[in-house]
Amino acid sequence: MSKRNMLLTVVGLVVLFAASCYVQLEMDSYTRRIVNLCLIYAIIGLSMNLTNGFVGQFSLGQAGFMAIGAYVVGVFTVPVEFRDTVFYAVPMNPLIADIELPLWAALILGGIMAMLFAFIVGTPVLRLHGDYLAIATLGFSEIIRIVITNAQSFTNGALGIKDIPTINDVRFIFVATAIVFIIVTCLLNSSYGRAFKAIREDEIAAEAMGINLFKHKNMAFMLSAFFAGIGGGLYATLLGTVDPKNFLFTLTYNFLLIIVLGGMGSITGSMLGSIIVTGGLEFLRIFDEPLMIMGMDIPLFRPGFRMVIFSILLMACVLFWRKGIMGTEEFTWDKFFAFCKNPFKYIWQKGASK
Amino acid sequence: MVIKGYGGGEMELFGEFFQAMQDMTLVSFAQHMVNGISLGSLYALIAIGYTMVYGILLMINFAHGDIVMMACYFAFFGITVFHIPWYFTFVGVIVATALLGVLIERTAYRPLREAPKNSVLISAIGASFLLENLANYLFSGRPLRFPEIPVLTQNIAVGGVQIQSICLVIPVITLLSLVVLLHIVNHTKTGMAMRAVSKDYEIARVMGINIDRVISTTFIIGSALAAIGAFMWGVRYPGITPMLGVMPGLKCFIAAVIGGIGNIKGAVIGGFILGLGEVMIVAFFPDLSGYRDAFAFIVLIVILFYKPTGLLGEKTTEKV
Amino acid sequence: MKLKKVFSVLLASAVMLGALTGCGSEKEEAKDADVIKIGVFLPLTGDNAAGGELELRGIKLAHERYNEVLGKKVELVVGDNKSDKAEAASVAARLIERDKVTAIVGSYGSSLSMAAGSIVKESKVPAIGTSCTNPQVTANNDYYFRACFIDPFQGTVMANYAYNQGYRKVAIVQEVSNDYSVGLSKFFREAFTKLTNDNECIVDVANYQTGDKDFTAVLTNLKAQNPDAVFAPGNFTESALLIKQARQLGIDVTFMGGDTWETQEFIDVGGKEVEGAVLSTAFDRDKASTEEAQIFLKAYVDEYKAEPSALSALGYDAYLIAINGIKNANSTDPQKVRDAIAATKDMEAVTGKTTLDENGDAIKAAVIKTVKDGKFTYLDFVDVK
Repeated sequence: MSKRNMLLTVVGLVVLFAASCYVQLEMDSYTRRIVNLCLIYAIIGLSMNLTNGFVGQFSLGQAGFMAIGAYVVGVFTVPVEFRDTVFYAVPMNPLIADIELPLWAALILGGIMAMLFAFIVGTPVLRLHGDYLAIATLGFSEIIRIVITNAQSFTNGALGIKDIPTINDVRFIFVATAIVFIIVTCLLNSSYGRAFKAIREDEIAAEAMGINLFKHKNMAFMLSAFFAGIGGGLYATLLGTVDPKNFLFTLTYNFLLIIVLGGMGSITGSMLGSIIVTGGLEFLRIFDEPLMIMGMDIPLFRPGFRMVIFSILLMACVLFWRKGIMGTEEFTWDKFFAFCKNPFKYIWQKGASK
Repeated sequence: MVIKGYGGGEMELFGEFFQAMQDMTLVSFAQHMVNGISLGSLYALIAIGYTMVYGILLMINFAHGDIVMMACYFAFFGITVFHIPWYFTFVGVIVATALLGVLIERTAYRPLREAPKNSVLISAIGASFLLENLANYLFSGRPLRFPEIPVLTQNIAVGGVQIQSICLVIPVITLLSLVVLLHIVNHTKTGMAMRAVSKDYEIARVMGINIDRVISTTFIIGSALAAIGAFMWGVRYPGITPMLGVMPGLKCFIAAVIGGIGNIKGAVIGGFILGLGEVMIVAFFPDLSGYRDAFAFIVLIVILFYKPTGLLGEKTTEKV
Repeated sequence: MKLKKVFSVLLASAVMLGALTGCGSEKEEAKDADVIKIGVFLPLTGDNAAGGELELRGIKLAHERYNEVLGKKVELVVGDNKSDKAEAASVAARLIERDKVTAIVGSYGSSLSMAAGSIVKESKVPAIGTSCTNPQVTANNDYYFRACFIDPFQGTVMANYAYNQGYRKVAIVQEVSNDYSVGLSKFFREAFTKLTNDNECIVDVANYQTGDKDFTAVLTNLKAQNPDAVFAPGNFTESALLIKQARQLGIDVTFMGGDTWETQEFIDVGGKEVEGAVLSTAFDRDKASTEEAQIFLKAYVDEYKAEPSALSALGYDAYLIAINGIKNANSTDPQKVRDAIAATKDMEAVTGKTTLDENGDAIKAAVIKTVKDGKFTYLDFVDVK
């Protein structure tokens, strides 16, 4: 990266941070919540992209890893004086009943727990390919949820945890997101990143080139779990409450749409995808409300329609626009300037190169 | 090994097991066997559909469970809303579901025939998600009752063991389907074409096999089986909701994997292992009843670890 | 290629339509000043849709009757929380921030209310739960109230009932992934153990997950224990299937549950097998003592041509509490409304005279009902001790 581009990136981040301050101070809390959700979903989308897009290993376990992160944050940040009312059915296990962690520590602990779990799981599971891997990771995410449901003295089971100190602060979540994105970018630009992409393109060739498949796959899987855990923890602090039903495997589909739309194998694409999906889902909310056009009630519009459109979008995206917005490309300043100078030429050249 | 029980009380898992062994009377055990076999044969019936599609297309038809769900709704509309006798509805549901299967194949899978496998997988997930949301939108999330068919729901008592007549019908139908399918696959021209496509897609095409037709046929058979399975499912567990197909869908896929995916006999064996296993784990480890759904996934992972191609699967090598 | 075009046209038209509705709603906002908005926060799609819909009926009836307060028109803003927590949080924030509601009514399902809890607490807008029975909803939250009783109370009521019926050995089947079911089971167990003075009175505790269809294994275990009755609170779909399978396996003891069973679907799915099932609930038409209840009954039958359920009654009451609060506060300032709601005492409501205790929970009597000839029939009445 040239010096100019580096500087531009830093300036860009500062501008975005300023924008997040603006949102935090000037906008209503509904907007802040949507922006925060966008950012958190971007983290989790990126974490999913790491295994699915960059290493080409189709994993559907994100909801489970999120659950681990969310629960670690939930269990350890609830103020001790509230714990009796929260764990009213079964008292909290004395091992952890008096441990209260600051949010950042709980977030990182959540990430590490998710990562440890991914390590244990990854050893058997990452030998699998394609569909098998998908279904096995999905299975693990369900197992996590079932264990959380049953381990009442640690997680309060189905009753869920409430009174988690909430953070609806865009600045904080923006910084967290930025850190995750920077780490992942650095990682993917390193030799590890190139190894990941080599595995995605052709596993056998990559192995022949001396890339340790198992090590790299496992590493990507663990990092993916780590970031998903952090994302899950932020999700818990945003909602202020967690319960096992949050983390049904259908939650993973949200992130699947994000990365499919944004581009499998694109960092900036994950961000874009997250903004479009989260913002779009909010926008689509109007489809759930009854619609009157010229005094006529259109019966099409009733609760549930929004999700139908959502799933049609997912399908349409895979069928007609398989590369998503970014494909495996990234946003770079050079391309940006080339586009600004002469948008038509840029698009024409891009079309020609295809 | 110590496991958490109800209310945070701790109980020795194996102590529990021996307690359950002592308490188990012959009648209870026989009852558990009946329950397990009827559940297992239901799983097997649906698992065959998975295995058929996978055998040909090498993809998980994620929407298969949701096709089962739609078939339940079709049956509901046929019998309860339009008052068609159940045996006619049964045939009608099979036809309608087969059409639905073909429709899904045409719109969601065929355009992606040449695409990377992951795209097909995503499309399958999308199709499943779409069917669920569509059902939720069209029929609302409120449960409907699967129409009662007195012949199939009456009880038969054999020496203290209660058997619903449907529990006798399901295994018979499953085995019948197995025999018919094995015949189709092994002894007919269509079956030969199917096997050819499954072995090598490109060569089969070069040899003049109409790939699209073979795949459509596969989907027709798979969906028809789903419809039969749905009918049986509905009679046995008569609450219909849009999410009905999700868990059975996953479990039946797992059953297919356990048996060796692509192998019809394997799917039936896998179905029985899963059904019986689920019931027996609750029978002998009552404290683990909350973990029952995890059982299928644990079995899946163990099987994939030790024998990735499943019990009856053929050994395959990675092609460069 | 043709398909591609069709799709893009469809999508474009969808977006256009969206833009149109967007314009529509902007116009309405012009006459904000003389309208008091009350947010309705209910699951209208998803797993809990059936319950949400019933409560919405009650709220709408109450709104028809009391559509003016402080000389201003009351407008209902309906938000669907989709039976999903992340959605619930967004919807609650949307109602408060975008629609600027004075108070919120809802939700069915405790976890959904809990997701909204921190938001109403932060923005200091009072919310009145309709049938969220988990004690956590109002605990540590001065802005959440509810029109229903709580899980501990319901569990205790059923334990008393079971004891009075002479049951001494009871089995519990709980939906382990459902907070409601776990809560009820726990308090039932405690109360029943105390009443019978016998630590072995609960002969079996079995678990199942939401969405399970096959209960034969746990039921076969349960049958071997020969209980006098079974306490099995949970979702109505699963419970109905559970009871059906129990009967099929030859378990003919009484099944007891909670207020979630009181929906038509429970009887629809369960059929003749759920005959004799016993449940506790908040309202019964034959026990309707207040004037408000008579009005509600008549209005409900006129409007929906069906027997009202307790859920609709609770929806009605929750709206009443909100309106009364605004009236007594003589202001739309949420803080003042909140204080007025907290002071609710002996308010005439459909489910009896309602008083909110220091946690914001309604103190009221419970009704025990049973299923008889395909209908929920009054059986017993349990007052607060």
